[in-house]
Amino acid sequence: MKELLLIAIGAALINNVVLSQFLGLCPFLGVSKKIKTAAGMGAAVIFVITIASAVTSLLYDGILLRFDLEYMKTILFILVIAALVQLVEMALKKMSPALYSALGVYLPLITTNCAVLGIALTNVQNGYGLLTGVVNGFATAVGFAISIVILAGIRERMEHSNIPKAFQGMPIVLIAAGLMAIAFSGFAGLQIGG
Amino acid sequence: MKQCLKQFVNGLIKENPTFVLMLGMCPTLATTTSATNAVGMGLTTTVVLVLSNILISMLRKVIPDKVRIPAFIVVIASFVTIVEFLLKAYLPGLNESLGIYIPLIVVNCIILGRAEAFASKNPVLPSAFDGIGMGLGFTLGLTCIGVFRELLGAGEVFGIRVMPASYEPLAIFVMAPGAFFVLAMLTALQNKLKLKSATNVPGGMEKLACGGNCAACNGKECTANHALLDQIKEKKAAEEAAKKEALIKAAAEKKAAAEAAAAGKEEA
Repeated sequence: MKELLLIAIGAALINNVVLSQFLGLCPFLGVSKKIKTAAGMGAAVIFVITIASAVTSLLYDGILLRFDLEYMKTILFILVIAALVQLVEMALKKMSPALYSALGVYLPLITTNCAVLGIALTNVQNGYGLLTGVVNGFATAVGFAISIVILAGIRERMEHSNIPKAFQGMPIVLIAAGLMAIAFSGFAGLQIGG
Repeated sequence: MKQCLKQFVNGLIKENPTFVLMLGMCPTLATTTSATNAVGMGLTTTVVLVLSNILISMLRKVIPDKVRIPAFIVVIASFVTIVEFLLKAYLPGLNESLGIYIPLIVVNCIILGRAEAFASKNPVLPSAFDGIGMGLGFTLGLTCIGVFRELLGAGEVFGIRVMPASYEPLAIFVMAPGAFFVLAMLTALQNKLKLKSATNVPGGMEKLACGGNCAACNGKECTANHALLDQIKEKKAAEEAAKKEALIKAAAEKKAAAEAAAAGKEEA
């Protein structure tokens, strides 16, 4: 239990997926204009990554390892993730229209989110089993949601401030992201388990 | 041959993936901690891009239109796996330092973007040159950022010390925040110099397929940017011309009115 908690804190805060590993940067910069859409995107990412890490972990242990096909992991994972996103979308539409209307528009965008494939590969690389993999995936996605919502909050504030002309648009967002990365690197000082 | 050369220059300069199209941001920021890593990542991506462009262009009449995206992804993922094996065998050091970003080349939207926008519609040779141009353009962009970060963060370029011994390296530039700052400065510079880029289109970046909403981008609209930029430019030029004409017209009318008034005065 303690080990799982350590993995979760490490994945969500210390090795934040966006700010220190640079995965999922596109939605981080692209869909962070308003807090509401950012929160929707974050929720959708949490949903998909948690399911994807469970499925890829099962497939890796059950099929690839058993038949010595580890080298197929990249191909298998990307296809599974793409198919999974479609399935999740269909299932949500049928079973929970409320949830679908909240997350629906963000789901198709997630296939191109490299964080999903990134987590699946990290899980395998670190030799995480099913439970650890799912915890790691969930915590990483929570870390993504936290940082995208914070950035959206900063951007909403920036709408009304006077920014030098050359820095308007992308540059100031990148600088804000950089400052957030500095703040998050403070979490590296957490002495967990020690 | 002429078209091949045109595609090559187009990828390298006119539609440089890093600076103009702003595609593939994840590896751009993650693997540029040193110039050597940046070149390694750029060249690895180039190899995958050229090979996948060639194969997809060969198969363009075989792949049914409805399943083309999954088919492209399988082709790209296969080449990435092959390249990963080659790196592991011959350049283990580079493989170690790039780590997870090598398999992640699969989701780099430059590669799928070129497959969709160019290779699936053109013959093999131009597609190969398109891949080489785009790939080297990406390498150029990464190297630029990598050189800056290594110079400021370690006082070295390609592992060779260039700064005087008294220079104290700003370690933050090789760490994660530095990547954001260097890219911010480079894009700000582009804005200042009014160079073509996905971020400084008049009318906002929402209009751009990749600059505004990367998450929705599966790459196919990358090429549309160029047309869009030209279109906006033309529109602006037309507006200015119309304004000028109106001014001239107004001046002429004023003159005529003044003359008429003067004539009226004389008569009186």
